Amino acid sequence: MSMRFTASFAWRDSRGSRRRMLLFISSMVLGVAALVSINSFGDNLERAIDNEARTLLGADLSFESDNPFPDDIEALIDSIGGNQSRRTSFSSMAFFPAPGKARLATVRAHEPGYPFYGSVVTEPAGAADRYLEAAGALVDGTLMNQFEVETGDSVRIGNQTYPILGRILETPRESAAVGLFSPRIYIPLAGLDTTLTTLGSRVEYEVYFQFPDGRDADALRDSLQATLRAADVGSDTVREEQEGWSRALTNLYRFLGLVGFMSLLLGGLGVASSIHVYVKQRIATVAVLRVYGASVATTVAVYLVQAIGMGIVGALLGSFVGVGLQTLIPVLLSDFLPVDVVFAVSWPAVLLGSGIGLGVTILFTLMPLLRVRSVSPLDALRSGADEHASPLRDPWWWVATAMAASGLVAFAIIQAPDWKVGLGYSAGLAAVFLVLAGLSSLLVKGLVRFTPASLPYVIRQGVANLYRPNNQTLMMVFSLGLGTFLISTLLVSQQVLLDQLDVLGGGEQPNLIMYDIQPDQVAPVEQLLAQQGVPVMSSVPIVTMRLEAINDETIDAMREDTTQRLSWAHRREYRSTFRSTLTKSETLVEGAFQGIWDGTGAIPVSAEVDVAEELGVDLGDRITWNVQGVMLDAEITSLREVDWQRLETNFFFVFPEGALEQAPAFHVVMTRAADDEQSARLQSAVVEAYPNVSSIDLALILGVFDAIFSRIAFIIRFMALFSILTGLIVLASAVIVSRFQRMQESVLLKTLGASRHTVLQIMAVEYTVLGFVSALTGILLAIIAGWSLSYFVFEATFVLHAVPLLLLLGTVMLLTLVIGMLNSRGVYERETMDVLRSEI
Amino acid sequence: MAVVLSVRDLTKTFKSGSRSLTVLDSVSFDLEEGDTFSIVGPSGSGKTTLLGLCAGLDGPTRGSISLCGHDMGSLGEDERARVRNEHVGFVFQSFRLLPTLTALENVMVPAELRGRRGIVDGARDLLAEVGLGDRLGHYPTQLSGGEQQRVALARAFINKPDILFADEPTGNLDAETSAHLEEIMFRLNRTAGTTLVLVTHDAELASRTGRILRLRGGKAVEQEVVPAP
Ligand SMILES: Nc1ncnc2c1ncn2[C@@H]1O[C@H](COP(=O)(O)OP(=O)(O)OP(=O)(O)O)[C@@H](O)[C@H]1O
Ligand SMILES: [Mg+2]
Repeated sequence: MSMRFTASFAWRDSRGSRRRMLLFISSMVLGVAALVSINSFGDNLERAIDNEARTLLGADLSFESDNPFPDDIEALIDSIGGNQSRRTSFSSMAFFPAPGKARLATVRAHEPGYPFYGSVVTEPAGAADRYLEAAGALVDGTLMNQFEVETGDSVRIGNQTYPILGRILETPRESAAVGLFSPRIYIPLAGLDTTLTTLGSRVEYEVYFQFPDGRDADALRDSLQATLRAADVGSDTVREEQEGWSRALTNLYRFLGLVGFMSLLLGGLGVASSIHVYVKQRIATVAVLRVYGASVATTVAVYLVQAIGMGIVGALLGSFVGVGLQTLIPVLLSDFLPVDVVFAVSWPAVLLGSGIGLGVTILFTLMPLLRVRSVSPLDALRSGADEHASPLRDPWWWVATAMAASGLVAFAIIQAPDWKVGLGYSAGLAAVFLVLAGLSSLLVKGLVRFTPASLPYVIRQGVANLYRPNNQTLMMVFSLGLGTFLISTLLVSQQVLLDQLDVLGGGEQPNLIMYDIQPDQVAPVEQLLAQQGVPVMSSVPIVTMRLEAINDETIDAMREDTTQRLSWAHRREYRSTFRSTLTKSETLVEGAFQGIWDGTGAIPVSAEVDVAEELGVDLGDRITWNVQGVMLDAEITSLREVDWQRLETNFFFVFPEGALEQAPAFHVVMTRAADDEQSARLQSAVVEAYPNVSSIDLALILGVFDAIFSRIAFIIRFMALFSILTGLIVLASAVIVSRFQRMQESVLLKTLGASRHTVLQIMAVEYTVLGFVSALTGILLAIIAGWSLSYFVFEATFVLHAVPLLLLLGTVMLLTLVIGMLNSRGVYERETMDVLRSEI
Repeated sequence: MAVVLSVRDLTKTFKSGSRSLTVLDSVSFDLEEGDTFSIVGPSGSGKTTLLGLCAGLDGPTRGSISLCGHDMGSLGEDERARVRNEHVGFVFQSFRLLPTLTALENVMVPAELRGRRGIVDGARDLLAEVGLGDRLGHYPTQLSGGEQQRVALARAFINKPDILFADEPTGNLDAETSAHLEEIMFRLNRTAGTTLVLVTHDAELASRTGRILRLRGGKAVEQEVVPAP
């Protein structure tokens, strides 16, 4: 085989198709761009985290505890020395007198010193240096926007009022997104209203260390670990914080990498589909080469060289676009990142991305290129020689397919956080692909088969055109359908969730919760609600407690025993209630619920099934509770299932009446405000009178839900966008590839007397129907997916709002029509003669 | 003189499903260097099939073909392709120029496939010889049918073949253009000594060749030697 011939012929043969090839490859360009930008961003992120490691923690070492540090730990802290700074954090209502509104916030009370590294970025700049001395507050920017509060206004926390000195933009340890869920307020530790930290609220006590002597914080911490554990004191070092962040962020960008994977896969399919048609048009050329003595290998090599050339161009272009895109990602994700990511081109990422792009292009062109092998020189003698047998009988086709599939799976595994996720992702995607392909082929076949003969000719011809030889209808339906599927699944599941929240908020359900109410405050708070004209819908006592022992084995002993796994359920602080009956959101699954305890024997308690499983306990097991210093022996006498989605006070453990009445408790009161205004008025009235009482209204939860959902939605939309773009590219290539065929069709129609107008109408019908079938495929599948999601995952009633889906349907149809018509420009105006002369 | 093509007892049967169709039935003939030969017969009589078999484009059901000393039956596909490249020229009824190549490049393809270099001059001369010396850079779509067929003829001669197969080379052309093309073919036959095998419906063209093979229903019904004019 002559290499020189192969190369030069490949180049010459591509003449006149190069622009087309660029179009074929552009779906691949998108995929490579996604990969390069995501991986390059990941590298930059990692570097930023390494560079700014110490500012992540803001110190060299930190201790934290849910309780004030016990004396031995205080002594330890003293002995460690270095520079120290303490902070106490808790949730509390923040009341803003200017608008007269209150909202639950995370209050962080600081001593001077922290952060030792990095800084709290505020507006105006430097407010973080002043607030401690000036006894002022720094407030999260999102919160200030929400309440239209300005610097210079004031905020009241407990019985203390602080002037707001600035808005918080960035802090160590937390990304800005934290502010969305629970806005932060920084105040000085000195002068804090201590009733807030003593009256029931969960409080976090921290101490931060800086070691100017350069001590090894990790070694120090390791030597103290046992003592700290025993006192339930957590600790953190720079290295740990750094590892934690990079693990979390690696997962994030690997997830994004799977997005890239999907677009690459679609791109590969797009390229394969275009090459398939391209190769069919080259059969005559290949046959002539064979007559003149070219070997099979030479002819295959010619087109392989073209594919490699396309792959290289695609990889280069993709890298280029990807590097550009990469500058956008930090902007989009900045709220979630703890560090500023500096833009830099990561060459390993570019190499990896373009290498994978090239590889996928070659793998995906192998399948259609196999067709070249079976071209016989006889095809030159007889045009339209026998259509060759189905590729499924060709063992090489299976080899090529298996190579492409395993290449993709390998790639998914490289990109995914671990191989199981990679495999799962591949399998899931394969399943969606299969279902989509099946559904779309059914739809297309059904449409062609069942188009009533009574329809106008223009419509019947347009539909029939979808079935013209060499059509790529399936491929287009498939990728457009996939994009529509992603978007509409998003729409459908969002609707289901929102609807469910509407149900929560509707009718007679409570929509405002007040908690941390002290026993002596219950009556006055209820009275206050009555004055405001809202009902008390429930009033529940809550007692905080910890697990001391299970079946006489203490948690401390279990902790020592390294063979046992302790879970969150063993360590957490429980908030339990006592009552004599089950509520509407509870269902008994095992045992008998005992509502009253007569004071003899173990206290009969009811456990929620999931937490029981987590603790490894069952009916009849004994639990010793530490209720703020008092030990109580209890026995599990029933298991309950709890519907956590109802806005009620739900509990892991429920005690009977007669057991906890003497324990220090706080109360939760639920009510229903008629509207936002009444809710705001109510909350400020309560916080004014009882600063330690916190409240949350449903609107707030909705807001948080919305914030989370919109971030997830962004990523899914991004995926959908890629697949719709790919679908449109496949459409454009398909139209261009079939240009000559379309010209002949239109010439024939014109010769038979069709007007230009009729020809255009037929074309419009073809594209509209194509868009319709694609969108319908995607939407149908999304309805199925949405139903399964709501049934199995959200456990909610399935609702379907037709309007957004119809809008989507219309949009996809319109897009298809526009792209199709644009790419057909000129095709239908060609002179009849031109077509008769050329023999392409 | 050396035998260029020797066909013995050639039979070709196509099977489709359970039915089989014998298209060629025990055809034999020999051609020597410089011979001119035409195959005639009604449509469907197996002319194209015979030509394809002779050129090694397909394998026979029975019988043997020896092309320039190579027993085509014993060769693999790629070996047959090499034999074609070295010894055979081909002209098709529907021209079959490669659409993405200029006239000059089309002519050079067989030589380039062989890895020959410095062939541009030869190709240019050939195009000049067929009267297209000023159309070197034109693409097939820019040429008339007759011009395309002349390019195809030049392409067929670039490797100085021992034998030229032409399947109704003038079937798509008018009388005048045909005459011109035939002129060139016979001239090349005379000057280079290339053996000429033509399939044609044109009795006049057939009568210009030295021998005529008449096919009917796959059988060679008659082989006549045309008296030299
Ligand atoms: N691959 C095939 N399978 C089945 N039958 C075939 C095949 N190729 C050719 N035939 C049949 O063989 C017979 C001879 O075909 P061939 O093309 O050789 O005829 P021809 O003499 O060249 O006709 P024409 O003058 O019309 O070109 C025809 O009946 C044709 O249908
Ligand atoms: Mg024929």
